[in-house]
Amino acid sequence: MATKVVERKPLSMSEKTYLPQIYNGLKTTFNNMLKPPVTLEYPDQRPDIPNGYRGVPTLVKDPNGREKCVSCQLCEFVCPPKAIRIKPGEISEESNNGHVEKAPQEFDINMLRCIYCGLCQEVCPEEAIYLQDIYSLNGLSREELIFKKQKLYEIGGTLPDEHYKWDKKLDDARNGTGHH
Amino acid sequence: MDITLIVITLVKAITMIVVVMSIAAYAVLAERKVCSWMQGRVGPNRTSLPIISAIPILGPFITRLGLIQPAADGLKFLFKEDIIPGHVNKFYYLMAPCLAIAPAFTTMTVLPFGKFVDSAGVTHPLVLANLDIGILFIFAVSSLGVYGLILAGWSANSKYPFLGGVRASAQLISYELAMGLSVLPVFMWANAPGEPAGMNIFLLVESQSPLSMICQFISGFIFLVTLFAETNRLPFDMPEAETELVSGYNTEYGSFKFGLFFVAEYTHIIVGSGVFTALFLGGWNLPFVNFAPGLVGAVLSVLVFLIKVFAVIFFFIWIRWTLPRFRYDQVMKLGWSVLLPLAIANLIANALIIALVDKVLL
Repeated sequence: MATKVVERKPLSMSEKTYLPQIYNGLKTTFNNMLKPPVTLEYPDQRPDIPNGYRGVPTLVKDPNGREKCVSCQLCEFVCPPKAIRIKPGEISEESNNGHVEKAPQEFDINMLRCIYCGLCQEVCPEEAIYLQDIYSLNGLSREELIFKKQKLYEIGGTLPDEHYKWDKKLDDARNGTGHH
Repeated sequence: MDITLIVITLVKAITMIVVVMSIAAYAVLAERKVCSWMQGRVGPNRTSLPIISAIPILGPFITRLGLIQPAADGLKFLFKEDIIPGHVNKFYYLMAPCLAIAPAFTTMTVLPFGKFVDSAGVTHPLVLANLDIGILFIFAVSSLGVYGLILAGWSANSKYPFLGGVRASAQLISYELAMGLSVLPVFMWANAPGEPAGMNIFLLVESQSPLSMICQFISGFIFLVTLFAETNRLPFDMPEAETELVSGYNTEYGSFKFGLFFVAEYTHIIVGSGVFTALFLGGWNLPFVNFAPGLVGAVLSVLVFLIKVFAVIFFFIWIRWTLPRFRYDQVMKLGWSVLLPLAIANLIANALIIALVDKVLL
Protein backbone atom coordinates (compact mmCIF):
# COMPACT_ATOMS: atom_id res chain seq x y z
CA MET A 1 0.00 0.00 0.00
CA ALA A 2 1.26 3.38 -0.88
CA THR A 3 2.00 5.44 2.14
CA LYS A 4 2.08 9.15 2.12
CA VAL A 5 4.52 10.76 4.45
CA VAL A 6 2.98 13.88 5.89
CA GLU A 7 5.51 16.52 6.55
CA ARG A 8 5.38 17.71 10.11
CA LYS A 9 5.71 21.40 10.63
CA PRO A 10 8.56 22.27 12.97
CA LEU A 11 7.38 23.64 16.28
CA SER A 12 7.34 27.37 16.52
CA MET A 13 9.19 29.15 19.29
CA SER A 14 6.04 29.68 21.35
CA GLU A 15 5.18 26.01 21.04
CA LYS A 16 8.65 24.92 22.07
CA THR A 17 8.77 27.06 25.17
CA TYR A 18 5.27 25.88 26.06
CA LEU A 19 4.50 28.79 28.34
CA PRO A 20 2.62 30.96 25.82
CA GLN A 21 0.51 27.92 25.07
CA ILE A 22 -0.25 27.48 28.76
CA TYR A 23 -1.22 31.14 28.90
CA ASN A 24 -3.62 30.70 25.98
CA GLY A 25 -5.10 27.62 27.57
CA LEU A 26 -5.63 29.43 30.84
CA LYS A 27 -7.35 32.25 28.98
CA THR A 28 -9.67 29.78 27.28
CA THR A 29 -10.68 28.02 30.47
CA PHE A 30 -11.18 31.29 32.29
CA ASN A 31 -13.46 32.61 29.56
CA ASN A 32 -15.34 29.34 29.67
CA MET A 33 -15.83 29.77 33.38
CA LEU A 34 -17.65 33.04 32.89
CA LYS A 35 -20.05 31.63 30.32
CA PRO A 36 -23.40 30.24 31.44
CA PRO A 37 -23.52 26.46 31.77
CA VAL A 38 -24.57 24.54 28.68
CA THR A 39 -26.13 21.71 30.63
CA LEU A 40 -29.78 21.19 31.38
CA GLU A 41 -30.74 20.42 34.97
CA TYR A 42 -32.78 17.53 33.78
CA PRO A 43 -35.58 16.65 36.15
CA ASP A 44 -36.24 20.35 36.79
CA GLN A 45 -35.72 21.57 33.25
CA ARG A 46 -36.97 19.52 30.33
CA PRO A 47 -35.52 19.61 26.84
CA ASP A 48 -37.56 21.01 23.94
CA ILE A 49 -38.62 18.06 21.84
CA PRO A 50 -38.26 18.85 18.13
CA ASN A 51 -41.03 18.06 15.66
CA GLY A 52 -40.78 14.62 14.18
CA TYR A 53 -39.22 13.19 17.33
CA ARG A 54 -39.81 9.47 17.64
CA GLY A 55 -40.97 8.95 21.19
CA VAL A 56 -43.57 6.57 22.52
CA PRO A 57 -46.09 5.43 19.84
CA THR A 58 -49.61 6.69 20.49
CA LEU A 59 -53.02 6.48 18.90
CA VAL A 60 -54.64 9.75 17.90
CA LYS A 61 -58.14 11.00 17.27
CA ASP A 62 -59.16 13.47 14.60
CA PRO A 63 -60.49 16.90 15.57
CA ASN A 64 -64.03 15.57 15.50
CA GLY A 65 -63.14 13.05 18.19
CA ARG A 66 -63.33 10.02 15.89
CA GLU A 67 -60.76 7.34 16.56
CA LYS A 68 -58.77 7.18 13.37
CA CYS A 69 -57.56 3.60 13.60
CA VAL A 70 -59.62 1.27 11.43
CA SER A 71 -57.77 -1.83 12.67
CA CYS A 72 -56.31 -2.71 9.28
CA GLN A 73 -53.47 -4.37 11.21
CA LEU A 74 -50.76 -3.12 8.84
CA CYS A 75 -48.81 -1.83 11.79
CA GLU A 76 -49.15 -5.14 13.52
CA PHE A 77 -47.69 -6.90 10.49
CA VAL A 78 -44.90 -4.41 9.88
CA CYS A 79 -43.80 -4.10 13.49
CA PRO A 80 -40.29 -5.62 13.56
CA PRO A 81 -40.27 -6.65 17.22
CA LYS A 82 -43.92 -7.71 17.10
CA ALA A 83 -44.90 -5.28 19.80
CA ILE A 84 -48.38 -4.49 18.47
CA ARG A 85 -51.42 -6.71 18.94
CA ILE A 86 -54.75 -5.66 17.45
CA LYS A 87 -58.13 -7.30 17.83
CA PRO A 88 -60.44 -5.76 15.18
CA GLY A 89 -63.96 -4.90 16.13
CA GLU A 90 -67.06 -3.73 14.33
CA ILE A 91 -68.61 -0.27 14.66
CA SER A 92 -72.36 -0.47 15.06
CA GLU A 93 -74.37 0.94 12.14
CA GLU A 94 -76.29 3.31 14.41
CA SER A 95 -73.28 5.24 15.62
CA ASN A 96 -72.02 8.45 14.01
CA ASN A 97 -69.10 6.69 12.46
CA GLY A 98 -71.01 3.70 11.18
CA HIS A 99 -69.68 4.23 7.68
CA VAL A 100 -66.14 3.61 8.87
CA GLU A 101 -67.11 0.00 9.51
CA LYS A 102 -64.23 -1.03 11.74
CA ALA A 103 -62.33 0.09 14.78
CA PRO A 104 -59.96 -1.80 17.04
CA GLN A 105 -61.61 -3.63 19.85
CA GLU A 106 -58.28 -4.10 21.54
CA PHE A 107 -55.06 -2.37 20.65
CA ASP A 108 -52.00 -3.28 22.72
CA ILE A 109 -48.49 -1.99 22.28
CA ASN A 110 -45.96 -3.84 24.36
CA MET A 111 -43.53 -1.08 25.29
CA LEU A 112 -41.04 -3.66 26.54
CA ARG A 113 -40.69 -4.82 22.94
CA CYS A 114 -41.11 -1.55 21.07
CA ILE A 115 -37.90 -0.32 19.45
CA TYR A 116 -39.23 3.13 18.51
CA CYS A 117 -38.47 2.51 14.83
CA GLY A 118 -41.53 4.42 13.64
CA LEU A 119 -42.48 1.87 10.97
CA CYS A 120 -46.05 1.73 12.34
CA GLN A 121 -46.41 5.45 11.83
CA GLU A 122 -44.90 5.16 8.37
CA VAL A 123 -47.16 2.35 7.28
CA CYS A 124 -50.46 3.57 8.73
CA PRO A 125 -52.87 4.50 5.89
CA GLU A 126 -55.11 6.36 8.29
CA GLU A 127 -52.43 8.43 10.02
CA ALA A 128 -53.75 7.05 13.23
CA ILE A 129 -50.58 6.06 15.01
CA TYR A 130 -47.92 8.61 15.82
CA LEU A 131 -44.64 8.48 17.66
CA GLN A 132 -44.91 11.58 19.78
CA ASP A 133 -42.79 13.43 22.32
CA ILE A 134 -42.73 11.13 25.35
CA TYR A 135 -39.06 10.24 25.68
CA SER A 136 -38.87 8.97 29.22
CA LEU A 137 -40.87 5.88 30.05
CA ASN A 138 -40.82 3.62 33.03
CA GLY A 139 -43.08 1.30 34.91
CA LEU A 140 -43.23 -0.81 38.00
CA SER A 141 -44.40 -4.03 36.34
CA ARG A 142 -44.40 -5.74 32.98
CA GLU A 143 -48.20 -5.52 32.77
CA GLU A 144 -48.06 -1.79 33.28
CA LEU A 145 -45.83 -1.40 30.25
CA ILE A 146 -48.22 -3.13 27.88
CA PHE A 147 -50.17 -0.09 26.76
CA LYS A 148 -53.86 -0.73 26.20
CA LYS A 149 -56.04 1.11 23.72
CA GLN A 150 -57.44 3.51 26.28
CA LYS A 151 -54.01 4.50 27.53
CA LEU A 152 -52.74 4.94 23.96
CA TYR A 153 -55.55 7.36 23.16
CA GLU A 154 -54.99 9.14 26.44
CA ILE A 155 -51.36 9.91 25.70
CA GLY A 156 -52.03 10.41 21.98
CA GLY A 157 -54.69 13.08 22.20
CA THR A 158 -55.93 14.81 19.10
CA LEU A 159 -53.87 15.81 16.12
CA PRO A 160 -54.97 18.09 13.28
CA ASP A 161 -56.26 16.25 10.21
CA GLU A 162 -55.65 17.43 6.65
CA HIS A 163 -57.95 15.04 4.84
CA TYR A 164 -61.08 14.08 6.76
CA LYS A 165 -60.99 11.04 4.52
CA TRP A 166 -64.05 9.31 5.96
CA ASP A 167 -66.18 12.46 6.04
CA LYS A 168 -65.43 12.99 2.35
CA LYS A 169 -66.31 9.38 1.65
CA LEU A 170 -69.61 9.81 3.46
CA ASP A 171 -70.39 12.96 1.50
CA ASP A 172 -69.47 11.25 -1.75
CA ALA A 173 -71.70 8.31 -0.95
CA ARG A 174 -74.60 10.62 -0.14
CA ASN A 175 -74.18 12.84 -3.19
CA GLY A 176 -73.35 10.04 -5.57
CA THR A 177 -70.03 11.70 -6.51
CA GLY A 178 -66.53 10.34 -6.04
CA HIS A 179 -64.75 7.40 -7.49
CA HIS A 180 -66.13 4.51 -5.54
CA MET B 1 5.64 23.57 82.54
CA ASP B 2 2.81 25.96 83.15
CA ILE B 3 -0.58 24.31 82.63
CA THR B 4 -2.18 27.40 81.07
CA LEU B 5 0.57 27.58 78.49
CA ILE B 6 -0.14 23.99 77.48
CA VAL B 7 -3.86 24.68 77.25
CA ILE B 8 -3.33 27.82 75.18
CA THR B 9 -0.97 25.98 72.84
CA LEU B 10 -3.46 23.14 72.51
CA VAL B 11 -6.31 25.50 71.71
CA LYS B 12 -4.18 27.27 69.12
CA ALA B 13 -3.13 23.99 67.52
CA ILE B 14 -6.67 22.63 67.39
CA THR B 15 -7.97 25.88 65.94
CA MET B 16 -5.32 25.75 63.25
CA ILE B 17 -6.15 22.13 62.42
CA VAL B 18 -9.86 22.87 62.25
CA VAL B 19 -9.31 25.89 60.03
CA VAL B 20 -6.97 24.06 57.66
CA MET B 21 -9.24 21.01 57.57
CA SER B 22 -12.26 23.12 56.65
CA ILE B 23 -10.26 24.99 54.04
CA ALA B 24 -9.24 21.59 52.66
CA ALA B 25 -12.87 20.47 52.58
CA TYR B 26 -13.94 23.62 50.80
CA ALA B 27 -10.95 23.39 48.46
CA VAL B 28 -12.44 20.08 47.29
CA LEU B 29 -15.75 21.82 46.74
CA ALA B 30 -14.01 24.69 44.95
CA GLU B 31 -12.24 22.14 42.79
CA ARG B 32 -15.53 20.57 41.76
CA LYS B 33 -17.30 23.86 41.25
CA VAL B 34 -14.55 25.57 39.29
CA CYS B 35 -14.06 22.44 37.21
CA SER B 36 -17.73 22.32 36.33
CA TRP B 37 -17.87 26.02 35.49
CA MET B 38 -14.87 25.66 33.21
CA GLN B 39 -16.52 22.72 31.49
CA GLY B 40 -19.86 24.51 31.11
CA ARG B 41 -21.56 22.46 33.82
CA VAL B 42 -23.25 23.38 37.07
CA GLY B 43 -21.46 21.28 39.67
CA PRO B 44 -22.82 20.09 43.02
CA ASN B 45 -26.01 22.04 43.66
CA ARG B 46 -28.36 19.66 45.43
CA THR B 47 -26.98 18.89 48.87
CA SER B 48 -28.65 20.82 51.62
CA LEU B 49 -29.98 20.59 55.12
CA PRO B 50 -33.69 21.15 55.82
CA ILE B 51 -32.90 23.99 58.23
CA ILE B 52 -30.66 25.76 55.76
CA SER B 53 -32.81 25.34 52.68
CA ALA B 54 -35.70 26.85 54.66
CA ILE B 55 -33.92 30.21 54.94
CA PRO B 56 -35.44 32.50 52.33
CA ILE B 57 -33.19 33.63 49.46
CA LEU B 58 -29.96 32.69 51.25
CA GLY B 59 -30.95 29.04 51.64
CA PRO B 60 -31.42 28.25 47.94
CA PHE B 61 -28.29 30.25 47.20
CA ILE B 62 -26.24 28.12 49.61
CA THR B 63 -27.74 25.00 48.09
CA ARG B 64 -26.92 26.15 44.57
CA LEU B 65 -23.32 26.78 45.59
CA GLY B 66 -23.16 23.33 47.16
CA LEU B 67 -21.82 24.69 50.45
CA ILE B 68 -23.12 21.68 52.39
CA GLN B 69 -21.51 19.25 49.95
CA PRO B 70 -18.21 18.87 51.89
CA ALA B 71 -20.16 17.62 54.93
CA ALA B 72 -21.92 15.05 52.78
CA ASP B 73 -18.62 13.97 51.23
CA GLY B 74 -16.96 13.63 54.62
CA LEU B 75 -19.86 11.63 56.05
CA LYS B 76 -19.81 9.38 53.03
CA PHE B 77 -16.13 8.59 53.57
CA LEU B 78 -16.80 8.00 57.24
CA PHE B 79 -19.75 5.64 56.88
CA LYS B 80 -18.63 3.58 53.92
CA GLU B 81 -17.73 -0.03 54.56
CA ASP B 82 -14.06 -0.21 55.43
CA ILE B 83 -12.61 -2.93 53.25
CA ILE B 84 -9.07 -4.27 53.55
CA PRO B 85 -8.25 -6.34 50.48
CA GLY B 86 -6.91 -9.82 51.21
CA HIS B 87 -3.66 -9.45 49.31
CA VAL B 88 -2.24 -6.43 51.09
CA ASN B 89 0.42 -6.15 53.75
CA LYS B 90 -1.93 -5.05 56.51
CA PHE B 91 0.48 -3.22 58.79
CA TYR B 92 1.95 -0.97 56.11
CA TYR B 93 -1.38 -0.72 54.35
CA LEU B 94 -2.92 0.84 57.45
CA MET B 95 0.17 2.91 58.20
CA ALA B 96 0.34 4.57 54.77
CA PRO B 97 -2.63 6.97 55.11
CA CYS B 98 -1.43 8.05 58.56
CA LEU B 99 2.04 8.63 57.16
CA ALA B 100 0.55 10.67 54.35
CA ILE B 101 -1.53 12.92 56.55
CA ALA B 102 0.83 13.46 59.49
CA PRO B 103 3.50 15.46 57.62
CA ALA B 104 0.83 17.50 55.89
CA PHE B 105 -0.48 18.63 59.25
CA THR B 106 2.98 19.01 60.76
CA THR B 107 4.25 21.46 58.16
CA MET B 108 1.56 23.99 58.94
CA THR B 109 2.87 24.48 62.48
CA VAL B 110 5.77 26.59 61.21
CA LEU B 111 3.83 28.48 58.59
CA PRO B 112 3.22 32.05 59.76
CA PHE B 113 -0.09 33.51 58.63
CA GLY B 114 -0.14 37.02 60.00
CA LYS B 115 1.46 39.52 62.32
CA PHE B 116 0.39 41.24 65.49
CA VAL B 117 1.86 44.60 66.39
CA ASP B 118 1.36 45.33 70.08
CA SER B 119 0.99 48.75 71.63
CA ALA B 120 4.72 48.98 72.25
CA GLY B 121 5.35 48.66 68.51
CA VAL B 122 6.88 45.20 68.73
CA THR B 123 5.88 42.86 65.92
CA HIS B 124 4.82 39.37 66.89
CA PRO B 125 4.39 36.58 64.36
CA LEU B 126 1.09 34.71 64.23
CA VAL B 127 2.38 31.19 63.98
CA LEU B 128 2.22 28.02 66.07
CA ALA B 129 5.98 27.58 66.23
CA ASN B 130 8.25 30.37 65.07
CA LEU B 131 11.24 28.26 64.09
CA ASP B 132 14.45 29.86 62.94
CA ILE B 133 14.86 27.14 60.35
CA GLY B 134 11.22 27.32 59.26
CA ILE B 135 11.67 26.73 55.55
CA LEU B 136 14.08 23.86 56.13
CA PHE B 137 11.58 22.28 58.49
CA ILE B 138 8.82 22.57 55.91
CA PHE B 139 10.99 21.02 53.20
CA ALA B 140 12.15 18.23 55.46
CA VAL B 141 8.72 17.27 56.77
CA SER B 142 6.67 17.77 53.62
CA SER B 143 9.03 15.45 51.75
CA LEU B 144 8.18 12.79 54.30
CA GLY B 145 4.65 12.85 52.96
CA VAL B 146 5.81 10.93 49.93
CA TYR B 147 6.58 7.95 52.19
CA GLY B 148 2.85 7.59 52.65
CA LEU B 149 2.43 7.34 48.91
CA ILE B 150 5.30 4.91 48.47
CA LEU B 151 4.11 2.71 51.32
CA ALA B 152 0.57 2.77 49.97
CA GLY B 153 1.79 1.75 46.56
CA TRP B 154 4.04 -0.96 47.87
CA SER B 155 1.84 -2.47 50.57
CA ALA B 156 -1.17 -2.70 48.26
CA ASN B 157 0.66 -5.55 46.52
CA SER B 158 -0.74 -4.87 43.09
CA LYS B 159 0.89 -3.40 40.04
CA TYR B 160 -0.84 -0.06 39.47
CA PRO B 161 -0.41 1.20 43.03
CA PHE B 162 3.18 -0.01 42.88
CA LEU B 163 3.86 1.97 39.70
CA GLY B 164 2.20 4.96 41.32
CA GLY B 165 4.40 4.71 44.37
CA VAL B 166 7.55 4.35 42.30
CA ARG B 167 6.60 7.36 40.23
CA ALA B 168 5.86 9.39 43.35
CA SER B 169 9.35 8.80 44.71
CA ALA B 170 11.05 9.45 41.36
CA GLN B 171 9.12 12.66 40.93
CA LEU B 172 9.85 13.84 44.45
CA ILE B 173 13.58 13.33 44.02
CA SER B 174 13.60 15.09 40.66
CA TYR B 175 11.73 18.17 41.74
CA GLU B 176 12.87 18.61 45.34
CA LEU B 177 16.29 19.69 44.06
CA ALA B 178 14.99 22.45 41.83
CA MET B 179 12.57 23.50 44.57
CA GLY B 180 15.30 23.87 47.17
CA LEU B 181 17.55 25.76 44.75
CA SER B 182 14.74 28.10 43.75
CA VAL B 183 14.18 29.13 47.35
CA LEU B 184 17.83 29.93 48.08
CA PRO B 185 17.93 33.27 46.21
CA VAL B 186 14.92 34.49 48.19
CA PHE B 187 16.78 33.95 51.43
CA MET B 188 19.99 35.35 49.98
CA TRP B 189 18.16 38.61 49.34
CA ALA B 190 16.54 38.56 52.75
CA ASN B 191 19.85 38.03 54.50
CA ALA B 192 21.35 41.28 53.36
CA PRO B 193 23.99 42.76 55.64
CA GLY B 194 22.33 44.42 58.58
CA GLU B 195 19.10 42.47 58.68
CA PRO B 196 19.79 38.78 58.87
CA ALA B 197 16.56 36.83 58.58
CA GLY B 198 18.13 33.41 58.77
CA MET B 199 15.76 30.79 57.45
CA ASN B 200 12.84 32.16 59.40
CA ILE B 201 9.81 32.62 57.18
CA PHE B 202 8.31 35.37 59.31
CA LEU B 203 11.44 37.53 59.27
CA LEU B 204 11.77 36.85 55.56
CA VAL B 205 8.27 38.13 54.82
CA GLU B 206 8.87 41.20 56.98
CA SER B 207 12.11 42.00 55.11
CA GLN B 208 10.51 41.73 51.67
CA SER B 209 10.02 44.83 49.55
CA PRO B 210 8.14 45.04 46.25
CA LEU B 211 11.45 45.50 44.39
CA SER B 212 13.10 42.45 45.93
CA MET B 213 10.07 40.39 45.08
CA ILE B 214 10.03 41.41 41.43
CA CYS B 215 13.66 40.24 41.25
CA GLN B 216 12.45 36.82 42.44
CA PHE B 217 10.19 36.27 39.45
CA ILE B 218 12.16 33.32 38.06
CA SER B 219 12.60 31.76 41.49
CA GLY B 220 8.86 32.09 42.03
CA PHE B 221 8.13 30.48 38.70
CA ILE B 222 10.41 27.52 39.38
CA PHE B 223 9.01 27.16 42.85
CA LEU B 224 5.44 27.17 41.54
CA VAL B 225 6.16 24.51 38.93
CA THR B 226 7.95 22.30 41.42
CA LEU B 227 5.14 22.90 43.90
CA PHE B 228 2.73 21.42 41.39
CA ALA B 229 5.01 18.41 41.10
CA GLU B 230 5.47 18.07 44.86
CA THR B 231 1.76 18.18 45.57
CA ASN B 232 1.12 15.68 42.77
CA ARG B 233 -1.26 18.01 41.03
CA LEU B 234 -1.98 18.00 37.35
CA PRO B 235 -0.11 18.37 35.05
CA PHE B 236 2.29 16.41 37.29
CA ASP B 237 -0.07 13.89 38.86
CA MET B 238 2.10 10.95 37.84
CA PRO B 239 1.48 8.93 41.04
CA GLU B 240 -2.27 9.07 40.56
CA ALA B 241 -2.64 9.33 36.77
CA GLU B 242 -6.11 7.85 36.72
CA THR B 243 -6.09 7.37 32.95
CA GLU B 244 -2.94 5.26 33.09
CA LEU B 245 -2.79 3.71 36.55
CA VAL B 246 -6.47 3.29 37.48
CA SER B 247 -6.00 5.54 40.49
CA GLY B 248 -2.32 5.09 41.17
CA TYR B 249 -1.08 4.64 44.70
CA ASN B 250 -4.53 4.74 46.30
CA THR B 251 -6.20 2.21 43.99
CA GLU B 252 -6.65 -0.36 46.76
CA TYR B 253 -7.89 2.14 49.30
CA GLY B 254 -11.49 2.91 50.09
CA SER B 255 -13.72 4.72 52.53
CA PHE B 256 -12.00 6.69 55.26
CA LYS B 257 -8.47 5.63 54.38
CA PHE B 258 -8.94 7.03 50.91
CA GLY B 259 -10.44 10.12 52.53
CA LEU B 260 -7.23 10.55 54.54
CA PHE B 261 -5.15 10.52 51.36
CA PHE B 262 -7.54 13.01 49.89
CA VAL B 263 -7.31 15.37 52.87
CA ALA B 264 -3.52 14.97 52.92
CA GLU B 265 -3.32 15.95 49.26
CA TYR B 266 -5.39 19.06 49.75
CA THR B 267 -3.62 19.99 52.99
CA HIS B 268 -0.36 19.79 51.06
CA ILE B 269 -1.81 22.14 48.49
CA ILE B 270 -2.96 24.59 51.15
CA VAL B 271 0.35 24.57 53.00
CA GLY B 272 2.19 24.78 49.68
CA SER B 273 0.09 27.76 48.65
CA GLY B 274 0.81 29.29 52.04
CA VAL B 275 4.55 28.86 51.58
CA PHE B 276 4.37 30.27 48.07
CA THR B 277 2.37 33.22 49.35
CA ALA B 278 4.87 33.87 52.11
CA LEU B 279 7.97 33.52 49.95
CA PHE B 280 6.88 35.16 46.72
CA LEU B 281 3.64 37.08 47.18
CA GLY B 282 4.56 39.11 50.23
CA GLY B 283 2.61 37.07 52.74
CA TRP B 284 0.27 39.16 54.87
CA ASN B 285 1.71 42.48 53.71
CA LEU B 286 0.27 44.64 51.00
CA PRO B 287 2.61 46.97 49.10
CA PHE B 288 2.55 50.55 50.42
CA VAL B 289 -0.05 49.70 53.08
CA ASN B 290 0.71 49.49 56.78
CA PHE B 291 -1.81 47.87 59.07
CA ALA B 292 -2.65 49.67 62.26
CA PRO B 293 -1.20 48.07 65.38
CA GLY B 294 -3.52 46.06 67.55
CA LEU B 295 -6.11 43.41 67.00
CA VAL B 296 -7.72 44.94 63.89
CA GLY B 297 -4.41 45.08 62.08
CA ALA B 298 -3.71 41.47 63.03
CA VAL B 299 -7.08 40.30 61.69
CA LEU B 300 -6.56 42.29 58.50
CA SER B 301 -3.12 40.76 57.99
CA VAL B 302 -4.54 37.26 58.41
CA LEU B 303 -7.33 38.09 55.94
CA VAL B 304 -4.83 39.38 53.38
CA PHE B 305 -2.80 36.22 53.79
CA LEU B 306 -5.87 34.01 53.41
CA ILE B 307 -7.07 35.84 50.31
CA LYS B 308 -3.65 35.41 48.71
CA VAL B 309 -3.65 31.72 49.63
CA PHE B 310 -7.11 31.27 48.14
CA ALA B 311 -5.96 32.97 44.97
CA VAL B 312 -3.06 30.53 44.71
CA ILE B 313 -5.38 27.59 45.37
CA PHE B 314 -7.64 28.86 42.63
CA PHE B 315 -4.64 29.01 40.35
CA PHE B 316 -3.88 25.38 41.23
CA ILE B 317 -7.41 24.37 40.30
CA TRP B 318 -7.38 26.53 37.20
CA ILE B 319 -4.17 24.88 35.95
CA ARG B 320 -5.53 21.44 36.71
CA TRP B 321 -8.55 21.88 34.48
CA THR B 322 -6.56 23.53 31.71
CA LEU B 323 -3.49 21.39 31.11
CA PRO B 324 -3.30 17.74 30.14
CA ARG B 325 -0.94 15.45 32.03
CA PHE B 326 2.67 15.28 30.94
CA ARG B 327 4.06 12.00 29.75
CA TYR B 328 6.31 10.36 32.33
CA ASP B 329 9.53 10.90 30.38
CA GLN B 330 8.55 14.52 29.79
CA VAL B 331 8.14 15.01 33.51
CA MET B 332 11.61 13.63 34.16
CA LYS B 333 13.12 15.65 31.34
CA LEU B 334 11.49 18.83 32.52
CA GLY B 335 12.68 18.27 36.06
CA TRP B 336 16.28 17.33 35.38
CA SER B 337 17.22 19.13 32.19
CA VAL B 338 15.12 22.26 32.35
CA LEU B 339 14.14 23.22 35.87
CA LEU B 340 17.31 22.12 37.65
CA PRO B 341 19.73 24.00 35.32
CA LEU B 342 17.38 26.98 35.36
CA ALA B 343 17.34 26.96 39.15
CA ILE B 344 21.14 26.76 39.31
CA ALA B 345 21.52 29.56 36.76
CA ASN B 346 19.02 31.64 38.70
CA LEU B 347 20.95 31.05 41.90
CA ILE B 348 24.25 32.10 40.32
CA ALA B 349 22.69 35.13 38.67
CA ASN B 350 21.18 36.25 41.95
CA ALA B 351 24.47 35.73 43.75
CA LEU B 352 26.22 37.90 41.13
CA ILE B 353 23.57 40.61 41.38
CA ILE B 354 23.84 40.65 45.16
CA ALA B 355 27.61 40.84 44.95
CA LEU B 356 27.33 43.68 42.47
CA VAL B 357 24.84 45.57 44.59
CA ASP B 358 27.08 45.13 47.63
CA LYS B 359 30.09 46.45 45.70
CA VAL B 360 28.24 49.46 44.39
CA LEU B 361 26.42 50.39 47.54
CA LEU B 362 29.09 49.72 50.09
